[in-house]
Amino acid sequence: MRQYLHSYRFRLGALWTMVLLNIGAGLSVPPLVGAAIDGPITDGDLGALWGFIAAIAAVGTLDALLNLTRRYFQTATAMAIEADIRDDIYEHLQRLHTGFHDRWQTGQLLARVTVDLGMVRRFFAGGLVFAITSTGMITIIMVQLFWIEWRLALIVAVAAVPLFLIGRDFFKRFLPAARAEQDQSGEVSSAAEESANGIRAIKALGRGPLMAARFDKEADRLRVLGIRKSVIAARSWSAFGAIASAMLGATLVTGAIMVANGQLTVGQLTAFIMLQLNLLWPIEAAGWVMAHGNEAMTAADRIYEVLDTEPDIRDRPGARAVDRSTVRGRLAFEDVRFAYDEGGEVLRGVDLDVRPGETLAIAGKTGSGKTTLVSLPSRLNDPTGGRITLDGTDIRDLQLGSLRQVVTTAFEEATLFSMSVRENLALGRPDASEEDLTEAVRVAQAEFVYDLPYGLDTRIGEQGLSLSGGQRQRLALARAVVVRPAVLVLDDPLSALDVHTEELVERALEQVLKDTTALVVVHRPSTVALADRVALLHEGRIAAVGRHSELMETSPAYVDVLSAESEEVAA
Amino acid sequence: MTLQQEQIPAQQDKHAAWRGRSEQADAERTSAELDDAEAIKRLRERSRRLLGSMIRPHKQSIAALVAILVGQNVATMATPILVMYGIDHGIPAVTDHGDYTIMVVIAVAFALCASLEYVCVRLYTVQSARVGNTMLYALRKRVFWKFQRLSVSFHERFTSGRVTARQSSDMESIREMTENGVDDLVLAAMNVVTITVVMLVIEPVLAAVSLLTFPLMLLLAKWFSRVSAIAYRKARETVAVLIVYFVESMGGIRAVQAYRREERDRDIFGRLNADNRFAQAKGHQQNAIMAGGMRGIGHLATVVVLSFGGWQVMQGNTEVGVLAAFLLYMKRFFDPLNELVQFYNVLQSATAALEKLSGVLDEEIEVAEPERPRTIEHPRGELRFDDVTFYYRDDKVVLPNLDLHLPGGQTVALVGATGAGKTTIAKLVSRFYDPKGGAVTLDGVDLRELSEADLRGEVVMITQENFLFNGTIAENIELGKPGAPRSEIVEAAKVVGAHEFIDALPDGYDTHVRKKGGRLSAGQRQLVVFARAFLADPRVLILDEATSSLDIPSERLVQRALRTILADRTAIIIAHRLSTVEIADRVLVLEAGRIIEDGPPEALIDSGGNYAELHRQWEASLV
Repeated sequence: MRQYLHSYRFRLGALWTMVLLNIGAGLSVPPLVGAAIDGPITDGDLGALWGFIAAIAAVGTLDALLNLTRRYFQTATAMAIEADIRDDIYEHLQRLHTGFHDRWQTGQLLARVTVDLGMVRRFFAGGLVFAITSTGMITIIMVQLFWIEWRLALIVAVAAVPLFLIGRDFFKRFLPAARAEQDQSGEVSSAAEESANGIRAIKALGRGPLMAARFDKEADRLRVLGIRKSVIAARSWSAFGAIASAMLGATLVTGAIMVANGQLTVGQLTAFIMLQLNLLWPIEAAGWVMAHGNEAMTAADRIYEVLDTEPDIRDRPGARAVDRSTVRGRLAFEDVRFAYDEGGEVLRGVDLDVRPGETLAIAGKTGSGKTTLVSLPSRLNDPTGGRITLDGTDIRDLQLGSLRQVVTTAFEEATLFSMSVRENLALGRPDASEEDLTEAVRVAQAEFVYDLPYGLDTRIGEQGLSLSGGQRQRLALARAVVVRPAVLVLDDPLSALDVHTEELVERALEQVLKDTTALVVVHRPSTVALADRVALLHEGRIAAVGRHSELMETSPAYVDVLSAESEEVAA
Repeated sequence: MTLQQEQIPAQQDKHAAWRGRSEQADAERTSAELDDAEAIKRLRERSRRLLGSMIRPHKQSIAALVAILVGQNVATMATPILVMYGIDHGIPAVTDHGDYTIMVVIAVAFALCASLEYVCVRLYTVQSARVGNTMLYALRKRVFWKFQRLSVSFHERFTSGRVTARQSSDMESIREMTENGVDDLVLAAMNVVTITVVMLVIEPVLAAVSLLTFPLMLLLAKWFSRVSAIAYRKARETVAVLIVYFVESMGGIRAVQAYRREERDRDIFGRLNADNRFAQAKGHQQNAIMAGGMRGIGHLATVVVLSFGGWQVMQGNTEVGVLAAFLLYMKRFFDPLNELVQFYNVLQSATAALEKLSGVLDEEIEVAEPERPRTIEHPRGELRFDDVTFYYRDDKVVLPNLDLHLPGGQTVALVGATGAGKTTIAKLVSRFYDPKGGAVTLDGVDLRELSEADLRGEVVMITQENFLFNGTIAENIELGKPGAPRSEIVEAAKVVGAHEFIDALPDGYDTHVRKKGGRLSAGQRQLVVFARAFLADPRVLILDEATSSLDIPSERLVQRALRTILADRTAIIIAHRLSTVEIADRVLVLEAGRIIEDGPPEALIDSGGNYAELHRQWEASLV
């Protein structure tokens, strides 16, 4: 937090100066009014009165202007800091590995950059300013009180003991309650987000009422936690007010006795109590400020929970950039192992050598680890054992950004964003020329984009939902082609295409793949046609490598995975 | 489309070019939100009504809360009076007569006031939180249920990020209002009224003079009300756009990272963030102007009263003491106004959020449930398209006057190029859309006359989307039949051939699928979705490209299962893999929304038409 405040230190300094000047201006109006009444008005001196009035008008205008300016820029500064932090969280989230994102619901992340951040900002712009000014005010008043009558002032000071104890207790109880509420608020956002994302699945099964019941449970829990939080707050807030009143009563009674005993004059007691009245409000408000402070603290904790998470996948020290033009594209897996956190290895020692320019297909049964395998070359996951090399260098010794420039992965599920077709296509190469796009569209047989209402400028819906599965997949393929990487990794890129389109795409792809190293997950014999060689992945290991026709003859497991023959027999 | 609509600034702005142009100019708004003055007025009206409907169930509690605040106010107001009384009367009694009675009475009164305050604050804090949280809870529920009932077409243009924005950021803005300042508002309002009355009583002329500043305050408030409504409305929009972008780019983080889109994303997000920052700041800054202005007006009132009052005193019309007291009261009149200004700010922000939510709640449901649903006596699964016309956009008819009869128990495959209308037929049968002309009937009953529960019990569609919910594999399958025992879930998985891979996972059926099923491959997700649909046991099953991600062994298992499962069910299968089509009793070849071939697969192959050609290509690909 400090680094943000630091970069705005001059603005913050100016703001605090204005706060002080503002307090000064505000406080000097009442004495001026008092002097005007005691002086010219009592004396009947009209001329002198005008002088006072002019002075009050001037100080009043200054006070109003200072107040206005201070608030105006305070808002601007607070919002600027908030926006800076939000940008930084976003940047950090982008760097975090997919494993993190798989685990964290989007609603929880969203709550951190919106609600939580807002809480921190409001505290800094409101509660903290109030806390500091009232602390200053309390100190000044206390000094004055001790000045007037130290024994009475001691009574006031003694009140700080129960206030402190209650405050400490408040911290202990309120912090977890505030945290629980914020966590639950994120859960509610997540539930809302997921139900909107899966609306078709929900509608197809008619599970709206079930989802509503589940959401209801989350929202109700949030309600209960909100109430619980305020029950805790109520206990201290009410005690704060009562202690302040009791303190006043005690000084009044004691003061009266002291006056009776001649230890104090009535005037002194009046002055003492008038001053003390000014203490009531800051003490009562302290509870409220503490609550806001606590909420801001837990909100900041939640934010730092994310910011303090180190990306699992990052540049090793001494990692070097890889230059696209010098890459030959030899991709080798050496005893590669991978296990998800639950344990149980998905890949159990994969050895595989993909030669430069070669297209290697990966076949295997569901669950054999194909999808996991293809997430490794561009380091969306890192192997838990063994290593992957590109032209002989461990890919972890290459700078991540440059590696992904050289190795591009297209997933089976085409993730399209709510943006123009152009933006979706140029995702991996923002500077792609019009010709590059046209060529990629041609290769992927995605010419349908020109028939959309605004051509390449048409916004395609969320996840491209107004497009069919086949269309989405062709766009995703075109997107990968636009990048023109040295190594192309495709996870079953043609699964949603009909036979005819697939053939056209394959023919066009052959040109692209001629000088590109490619790793292609295949499910169908027709896609295998793209490949020079095929590797059979079986139970996390490469069981066989060879040409399609060879494997069809030598490997019964391969036949089982890739041949429709047996099915034909069943039919 | 008018010229004005085409020149939406956001679409002209070169920085916003990435968004592209949507088919409808205001695709992501609810129909209530238009830009003309009349619509905005209606929107305001609507948001007030929504607020009213939120408050209505809590009328009694709110009355009780106000009573508690009055009690609290009495207690706090009494304190200074007691102090004064103690000094003026209690102390003289002690010093002059050694009489402690008054002091004891005051001490007791003090204790009573402190206790009253204690009880009131405690009660108010808890009760107001109870009312506020319950109100928000009810609103959240209402909005959620409304979103659930709105049609798929609404969701496709509105986007899930916007739904999330309504449920998070807008709700937060309303929560801020309920949590902060309602008590300040009431206390300040009570204070203003009391002090005004007191001022009028002690010195009517001076009071009249000081009230001269009232119109100024009203003008200022009116100005703020007008401009901040615009500012906060805009801010609701900018934050929604920000949230939509955040949710989408985090949801698709794999693609973002794999394509190194981080920098471009940061640029766009940074710009949206800045837009939002300035939009949010604007309302607050207008509030700063209002707050400063109010302070200035307060000083102005002091100056006016002091000059006029001073002159009056010099004329001998008023006592100095009265003027002094009057000025003190004026200070107590203006100080709490600050609280009112703050609350007004929060209220304006919350009102903008309420506008957005009322837009959602008032949105007409395109595919609505019938008020008096009919029931099907003996479900057979017989489907009929009677002269059905359908289009997504007026100028592009997808299905022109389609007539189709599918007898109960038949398995029908739809074949044809992209855009031929296969998926549209599936969506009409599952009532994601309603036909623009004609009717789709199930066992003789128009789908529009069936209750949602009946329809979904009879018709289930599996799409290529393979959506998995956050939770375990077992929970995801169980969605097909909530409450199904584990044995049935495992059975369903076994039938579709998913059991083997699930069983091999470290936690088996209790494996958490992670966000959007990220732990599983596309093929595995498809199998889970299959198991879910089979567990649902519907009379009509629609498979829209539901086998495309399966590998051949899995597909083989699924097909074997389909043969048994579909024996006594109506099924519509859309698949480009003809191996799946081959299990059909009947194949329909579609072209531009018309049926050009219709018959059993063998017969079509023999007839040498389009299907025969497709089949030939398919055979050739199987080597």
